[in-house]
Amino acid sequence: MAAGAAPLRMEAAFRAARRQRRAATLLGLAVLLACLLASAWVAEAHPARLLEGLPRIGEYFHRILPTLRREALFAGAETEGSLAFWFYRLDSWAWLLFETANMAALATLMGAAAALALCFVAARNAGAPRPLALATRRLLEALRTVPEIVFALILVWAFGVGPLAGILAIALHSTGALGKLFAEAVENAGAGPWEAVRAAGGGWAEACRFGLLPQVLPNLLSYALLRFEINLRAASVIGFVGAGGIGEELYTVIAFNHYEEISAIVLLIILCVAAIDLLSERLRHHVIGAAR
Amino acid sequence: MLELQGLTRRFGAVTAVDRVSLSVPEGQMLGIIGRSGAGKSTLLRMINRLTEPSAGRILHDGRDITALSGRALRAWRADCAMIFQQFNLVQRLDVLTNVLIGRLSRRRGPLARLGALLGLFTAEERAMALALLDRFGLAETALQRAETLSGGQQQRVAICRALMQEPRLILADEPIASLDPANARAVMEALREVNRGQGLTVLCNLHDLAAARHYCDRILALQAGRVAFDGPPAELTPARVEAIYGIPEAVLAAEGAPARAALVH
Ligand SMILES: Nc1ncnc2c1ncn2[C@@H]1O[C@H](COP(=O)(O)OP(=O)(O)OP(=O)(O)O)[C@@H](O)[C@H]1O
Ligand SMILES: [Mg+2]
Repeated sequence: MAAGAAPLRMEAAFRAARRQRRAATLLGLAVLLACLLASAWVAEAHPARLLEGLPRIGEYFHRILPTLRREALFAGAETEGSLAFWFYRLDSWAWLLFETANMAALATLMGAAAALALCFVAARNAGAPRPLALATRRLLEALRTVPEIVFALILVWAFGVGPLAGILAIALHSTGALGKLFAEAVENAGAGPWEAVRAAGGGWAEACRFGLLPQVLPNLLSYALLRFEINLRAASVIGFVGAGGIGEELYTVIAFNHYEEISAIVLLIILCVAAIDLLSERLRHHVIGAAR
Repeated sequence: MLELQGLTRRFGAVTAVDRVSLSVPEGQMLGIIGRSGAGKSTLLRMINRLTEPSAGRILHDGRDITALSGRALRAWRADCAMIFQQFNLVQRLDVLTNVLIGRLSRRRGPLARLGALLGLFTAEERAMALALLDRFGLAETALQRAETLSGGQQQRVAICRALMQEPRLILADEPIASLDPANARAVMEALREVNRGQGLTVLCNLHDLAAARHYCDRILALQAGRVAFDGPPAELTPARVEAIYGIPEAVLAAEGAPARAALVH
């Protein structure tokens, strides 16, 4: 008899557990919905305003679209309706884009170098003195909490208008963001080799260089490349506050309502970012496969 | 001569090593046995100060090891090479670089150390590493990543790394516990060869009584951190083993020593 009772009892228990789980899920959904509504109310995202605003977005897009004529598409820059007319300042935009990409690359390099030095201090398992590790972690946190554009505002004030302020601003933010990721990668690395280097009489720096770095290097490179993609986007808007790159130009054409130029520049930025995305993704996969 | 005087280590309420006193003459091969948790690893790790003693002293040729710090401590660690159960090679680095790590402690001065950090080793250092690898039949693997080697090969690479330090003694923490019988034998033979051939003192933690009896000059048994036996292998009779461990030796052997069968030829 007892042998037959157990399955029934377990089935009942299973149903009870399922009932409980469903109730919990429903409650969770209700709370989520309430939170959503509350935050929408606080942010004044009323449905009416949303509906009202939507067409205007469409209108804006319509305005910035270029007027292209098929028969004149490949005509010279003087002919209205040609591609060359749309991109009539391609040469200076290309140069600005190149400057933007350089800003991003340099900032990523600087940020990654600083993050590399700091991550071993910040990581819990790499044996740096605890107060120092804590202080470093707070510093990284502070660096990544402040948005690039805020750093840029301060630095433009200090160094004047130009790419230097932009590069430093992005580098500072990158140091914080990468430092945290790097430190986490280091914390996930095996402690054995680190200890072996210490046991062999190596110092702290040697233990980090030989015991930890080889384990995490592919990860770090991959994070840095990903950061480069993010920084490229950051560099394209940081010019809004006068910190160099294509952003300044974009800001100007938006401010002066040069609609067709807005779409041309945005298109260029998108193309450039996509190309670098693809390239760095390739590189990243390559790095993960064959680093040492 | 290595001397331990009342060496003690506590972890909270646990006394991992409890007033161990012992002197190990130059060139001895000492096997340390005991059940899991007896304090074997803690004892070895105190000797190179990877673990700090709570009380007691360590003396080497009369020098107080427990008082060392900074560069002197690093030099001492170079003098007593450690071999780990999990080998602790850097898996993504090639075998040669792994062996060269044993040379890091010999770098003096900021420039030399910076060079090492950049991975620049001298031709002499490389020649020394390759000669060691060759001695253990591993020269062909020098440019492979460590992770491509078998466990036994990796442990022998670790022995090369240890010898690269030109140590005075070797601390081996269960060097064969993760190896199959044939590899376990190769590694124990290598350790004994180093001991007999170069006269290096070897302190070797072993789970396995048979291996300890076969390879060591002297056996130290730990039980709950205390020395329960200290003498030549011949005196470690089955009766004494049962007295120390509380269970017959046959049961003990069955507890986990895969290498046992192969070690007793
Ligand atoms: N870092 C530590 N923190 C807290 N307790 C520890 C630590 N290291 C060791 N112990 C404790 O000290 C005691 C001895 O451990 P130890 O590792 O030296 O034993 P062992 O003889 O090497 O065992 P095994 O054969 O399993 O390696 C154990 O009770 C262990 O839990
Ligand atoms: Mg142990």
